[in-house]
Amino acid sequence: MTSLRDQISDIIETEPVTLFMKGTPSFVACGNSQRALSALRAAGAPVTAVDILPDPRFRQELSSLSGWPTIPQIFVKGELVGGADIVEELAATGELERKLTDTLGEDYRDDRAERVIALQAA
Amino acid sequence: MATEPLQTLLEQAFPDATELAVVDRTGGGDHFQVTVASPQFEGLSLVDQHRLVYDALAAPLADGSIHELRIKTKGTP
Repeated sequence: MTSLRDQISDIIETEPVTLFMKGTPSFVACGNSQRALSALRAAGAPVTAVDILPDPRFRQELSSLSGWPTIPQIFVKGELVGGADIVEELAATGELERKLTDTLGEDYRDDRAERVIALQAA
Repeated sequence: MATEPLQTLLEQAFPDATELAVVDRTGGGDHFQVTVASPQFEGLSLVDQHRLVYDALAAPLADGSIHELRIKTKGTP
């Protein structure tokens, strides 16, 4: 089976917008994850959500990969955009939509269905 | 934990800060709002600005004293 680290970096590199969160979009388990999700939704982002709660190694591996100690973490096409505070701030100034347009193209909203990817513990 | 030790860590990391505040958001001693304005942030992306704050508070983040951290950073014009 693919290592946890490879699964995580593969998701980060492949998905247009990845939200590593506590819980899932339909059952959010943390206020900060909710703030990040709401900001991404408001910008019309196509969100791919990854729940880090099922196994403590998910979060350890993610943070060691990204160098970011807290959850949530938001990536756009491989680049760490930040946590809940930054995404909220970028959404409020319109910077987030600009970034999504620049990175994903004008039509990024067309693909806005939310997806959930489950990590597999080794 | 109290806000003072966090305040001290931030003052050490950002000696030139023009604004530095730590607020216990819930009164429970583990949900904090940190605000820092410093010339050190100038020219840095928000991600890199927040990384500097995380670095300053690495110890209390690692040992679980901080359960939730909200960060607001500003460069000083």
